[in-house]
Amino acid sequence: MNGILDFIAGLGRAVLDIVRMAGRVALFAAVALSHVVRPPFYWRTLWGTLVEIGFFSLPVVALTALFSGGVIALQSYTGFAQYHAQNAIAGIVILAVTRELGPVLAGLMVAGRVGAAMSAEIGTMRVTDQIDALTTMSTNPIKYLVTPRLVAGTLALPFLVLVADILGVLGGFTVCVMKLDFSASAYITATIASLKVMDVTVGLVKAAIFGFLIALMGCYHGYHSRGGAEGVGAATTAAVVAASILLLTFDYLLTDVFFSQ
Amino acid sequence: MSDATPKIRIRGLKKAFGPKVVLDGVDLDVMGGTSFVVIGGSGTGKSVLLRCILGLITPDAGSIEIDGVDVTTLSSRQREPYMARIGMLFQNGALFDSLSVWENVTFGLVAAARAGHGPRITRAQARVRAGALLEQVGMDPAVGALSPSELSGGMQKRVGLARAIAARPEILFFDEPTTGLDPIMGAVIDGLIADCVRKLGSTAIAITHDMASAQRIGDRVGMLYEGRLIWQGPPSTLFDSGNPVVDQFTHGRREGPIKIDVRS
Repeated sequence: MNGILDFIAGLGRAVLDIVRMAGRVALFAAVALSHVVRPPFYWRTLWGTLVEIGFFSLPVVALTALFSGGVIALQSYTGFAQYHAQNAIAGIVILAVTRELGPVLAGLMVAGRVGAAMSAEIGTMRVTDQIDALTTMSTNPIKYLVTPRLVAGTLALPFLVLVADILGVLGGFTVCVMKLDFSASAYITATIASLKVMDVTVGLVKAAIFGFLIALMGCYHGYHSRGGAEGVGAATTAAVVAASILLLTFDYLLTDVFFSQ
Repeated sequence: MSDATPKIRIRGLKKAFGPKVVLDGVDLDVMGGTSFVVIGGSGTGKSVLLRCILGLITPDAGSIEIDGVDVTTLSSRQREPYMARIGMLFQNGALFDSLSVWENVTFGLVAAARAGHGPRITRAQARVRAGALLEQVGMDPAVGALSPSELSGGMQKRVGLARAIAARPEILFFDEPTTGLDPIMGAVIDGLIADCVRKLGSTAIAITHDMASAQRIGDRVGMLYEGRLIWQGPPSTLFDSGNPVVDQFTHGRREGPIKIDVRS
């Protein structure tokens, strides 16, 4: 009996911890967003972060999208060829890439690369008193460090996803034309016929939300890191794990909202 | 403002972290234009005291008055004008890694201008000003182009000092200014601090457990022990205070009223 009660108590504590954490994150995000419309604005930080996310993440996102598009084409072919439905492959590739693979893979790549870097940078600033130094110099650390990163994450990821969409389709095209002997013009025609503005738009909306979540997790965990190098390491891990889980959770929720009807 | 009114007046300051009481009713007056050095062992709350005055930690009880205004009752926005009058040298310099040395030095000036607490300053003007400030702390202005990670510990401290004095603050805080430096560089930093404080006419509070540094910087010295300032006096009496706790600490004796918990 005591064992069951202990289990329920433990479960309750875990739920309360999650609710508490969600409240703290929401408050942190609300404070950071309130600075979006209140001067002073830190344009240099915003631009630097935009370049860091949008430009320097391009190679990893591009390669991931290119190969994923190719893999989708190859896997679809092995399945669809049995039913002589190869013509559907172009449609499958563009649907998968624009609706899911583009936003999710780009988001996971950026979470691993940029979310971790944000958390490590802000965490190091925390444990080396740089954040306290900002406060002593009439600078609100959330306004200076967090707000530009949230804005940059929200703006940069849709751009990356647009690139991922194009390269994912190119990956599928390359595999189908170069390896599976599809007609290039037929593949392009089928791709254009299957392309829906709604799919691309929802993918970009997802990307903006994912970008915000990745930056939020990176900033939140970095900002609250404690205890030197070990604390910064723990914060970085927590930021990437939390961002990845949130990203997949929100992917499901957004897919349900936009495509379940 | 009367000369008799302390620039900084602290009464009954208390702070605990869970069951650990760090500050247990600190009373302190620092007169304008003077330097006060707080000494004490590791973990006795020296940094917590400084962070409470700076508003980085909220005290549990007590008041901290700057020019007669209790700053513990102010919101962070109301505090900003006071912060613009304060300079701080952090223990490890706390220079911003992502900025060059000159941008670090003038960060406070630019930030104060942005927040409307100081005159407008362009990047070109800031760079020139940074050069002058670096010269003031005995550095070549060319160092301004470097990144903080390219500097030695002593140079980082000097850049931190240049940043602290950039806005010609009325109040300066120094957190362990000589920690991690060799004795000669420690003396150089102390000399620069004493020079800057004198030239600016600032009020200064420094915390240290370096007795030589306390004597070089301070007009008065106080010892923080078990959450309270148990002794205050001129630096000349530091090694002959008449207080057994202070004497044990300043002479570095193992035996005495201060018990160190040493566990293998």
